[in-house]
Amino acid sequence: MTAKPLGVRVRKGATTFSFLAPALIGIAVFFLYPLGSAVYFSFTKFDLLSVPEWVGLDNYRRMADDPFLLQSIRNTLWMVVVFVPVRIIGAIGLSMLLTQLKRGAGFFRTVFYLPALVPPVAATIAFVYLLKPGTGPVNHFLEMIGIEGPLWFNSPAWAKPSLVLLGLWAIGDLMVIFLAAVLGVPASLYEAAELDGANAWQRFRSITLPTIQPVVLFAAVTGVIYTLQYFDQAAVAGSIASGQATVGGGISSNFGFPEGSTFTYPLWLYTVGFRYSALGYANALAIGLFVVALGVTLILLRRAKAFTGEES
Amino acid sequence: MNKRFPRALFALITTAALATACTPAPKENKIADPGTEVAGTVELWHFFTEREAAAIDQVVKDFEAEHPKIKVTIKSGQDDSKVTQAIGAGNGPDVGLSYSTDIVGKFCSSGAWVDLKQYVDRDKVDLNQLNATTRSYTEFQGKRCAMPFLADAYGMFYNKDLFAKAGLSAPPKTLDELTAYAKKLTVKNADGSLKTVGFLPLYDFYENAASHLAPAVGAKWLTDDGKSAVGADPAWKTLMTWQKQLVDWYGYENLTKFRASLGDEYSADNAFQKGQVAINIDAEYRLAFVKDQTPNLKYGVAPIPASDPAHYGGGYVTGNIVGISKNAKNPEAAWELIKYLTTNDKAVIKLAGLLKNIPTTTAAIADPGLNADADFKTFIDIFNNPNSSTTPPSASGPAYQETFGQFLNSYQAGKVKDLDAGLADADKQINSVMTLGG
Repeated sequence: MTAKPLGVRVRKGATTFSFLAPALIGIAVFFLYPLGSAVYFSFTKFDLLSVPEWVGLDNYRRMADDPFLLQSIRNTLWMVVVFVPVRIIGAIGLSMLLTQLKRGAGFFRTVFYLPALVPPVAATIAFVYLLKPGTGPVNHFLEMIGIEGPLWFNSPAWAKPSLVLLGLWAIGDLMVIFLAAVLGVPASLYEAAELDGANAWQRFRSITLPTIQPVVLFAAVTGVIYTLQYFDQAAVAGSIASGQATVGGGISSNFGFPEGSTFTYPLWLYTVGFRYSALGYANALAIGLFVVALGVTLILLRRAKAFTGEES
Repeated sequence: MNKRFPRALFALITTAALATACTPAPKENKIADPGTEVAGTVELWHFFTEREAAAIDQVVKDFEAEHPKIKVTIKSGQDDSKVTQAIGAGNGPDVGLSYSTDIVGKFCSSGAWVDLKQYVDRDKVDLNQLNATTRSYTEFQGKRCAMPFLADAYGMFYNKDLFAKAGLSAPPKTLDELTAYAKKLTVKNADGSLKTVGFLPLYDFYENAASHLAPAVGAKWLTDDGKSAVGADPAWKTLMTWQKQLVDWYGYENLTKFRASLGDEYSADNAFQKGQVAINIDAEYRLAFVKDQTPNLKYGVAPIPASDPAHYGGGYVTGNIVGISKNAKNPEAAWELIKYLTTNDKAVIKLAGLLKNIPTTTAAIADPGLNADADFKTFIDIFNNPNSSTTPPSASGPAYQETFGQFLNSYQAGKVKDLDAGLADADKQINSVMTLGG
């Protein structure tokens, strides 16, 4: 076989590159450059206003002795361990129920999906007022049936579960994906299992779950990444529940209310960067978050290997 | 592992470093000779919106009428983050107006706002027309990079109807009296829950921040060398012990439950305005809220009770600040505008009347029109009182206050068993977090 002339190869390479160029430029500009910048700034003292000053590993050393970082890690881990599984289980359960409906399935799919369209800030404000002890309708209803409602967002013990409840309400985005996956399970498998005498739980465990496993993995990976970056709802809930939502602009000093229970890792990162003007340390925190998110994702992918089509 | 990876990473970091280390260095500002005519356009960014923004527009129009060769472009609704990012990117306004004295340390030390001393000296502006507190929160380590744009003074609001029901007439003057009044004014429901609270002492409730209560005991935040003073200054312990005793009298859980049912501070459901709380800490701007939202409320205002009668009469003072960006395209016109907004008595009086904030110049403070309202005068008196104080500027902004605030929240919740050890630990945490700012 004879090699193609150099000009042809160069032309072919240039053609290939020209097709790839938009994606490569996008990756370079919107991923590699910001990532490289973040890595660089994490080794500096930088306040956005003066020239960055190289401080070596100081920002990373500081992490070991940062009590607020520890508190924020605890809260974020709690959210990852509880929030992600609850949302996945809730979405699977809801999609299973919707597939059983003989009539009105379209209507209920729409109803359950709608909350996912509500902006997170608006949804959180509404939730805080709905669950407000004393004046909110939820506790009023609970009182009518003889139950003393908790303090929800005003209780250190209930604030995070209240955020999980909010996440469960807005489960529509995940539900739609699981609904498509559940509907894609071949009906013949269920028919064969029924003939073999399998009950509903056995059919779910042996047919549905293995078939939708790639979607579960996808939900787990994206859920973990989303929860590690959990910011909007925690920030708004804390500020509104404290009764001190700021006026005239500004960053709330009530992140984490009550008693630091909703103080997540991204809230600390944001506070350090934009309230205390320590962008160098904030970038070190961001790199830490990136490494953890990457690590968790790799572990999940290695364990399941469902994306590659291999057995787990 | 791929041996080329570290080299690739190094190349990436070096490229990023070269590309990103382009933050412009401060320009050397050479100012014009005295008497030079100032002209051109000046851009003013401020955070006000709606009614308050309209007030700024009015006063800026007056400025333009007096300085026909200067045109002011105004951008409203610009918070500190936007100003910081714009200046960092080499842009930003000529004049920035901020709501927080917390940025003074960073803006002065980084040179984001230029030193105004040269302008002050050239134009022979008498800074003694500003009181010591406002002078202190507009400079950092001897560098005057800001001027005060009106001020807030914190005092005590009390509900006269609830006082009359409890057989009380005059406001409390000491912390012990405040405790006694709070107990007398508190009303419980049949099930033992709180119906009306005399004084809600939780630190994170509305304006009960440590910074606002510190002048009541004369507490110091920082030592002269800029380290945390909360562990060494016994005044903090006095405040904390007093507050904890009152919290324990109510029961922390009861207070938390009661507080959870209260409305938002800046809404018409404000607990003081609704008569759910009889005594409340707040600033002079509350007068406008009450007038607008609950005009029939019968209330009085007074200084915050003090631990020692010698401290009585003062309060926490803070305010808006204004400065010239290091990237200002027309710094002379910017200074002319700042000088007008902060030292022209006519302008300061007009602004104070429109925005319902405390004026900062000696002549404006004495203005009969502003002092005609007895309640507003109470806050002017607090502002003028030598016992009044503010929070010292820091290069890490409010980090030291918020770190201590977290400790106070833990303490009031009963999670700190040994106060002395806790304060020593708070000192360490504050000193650590303050190094973030340099």
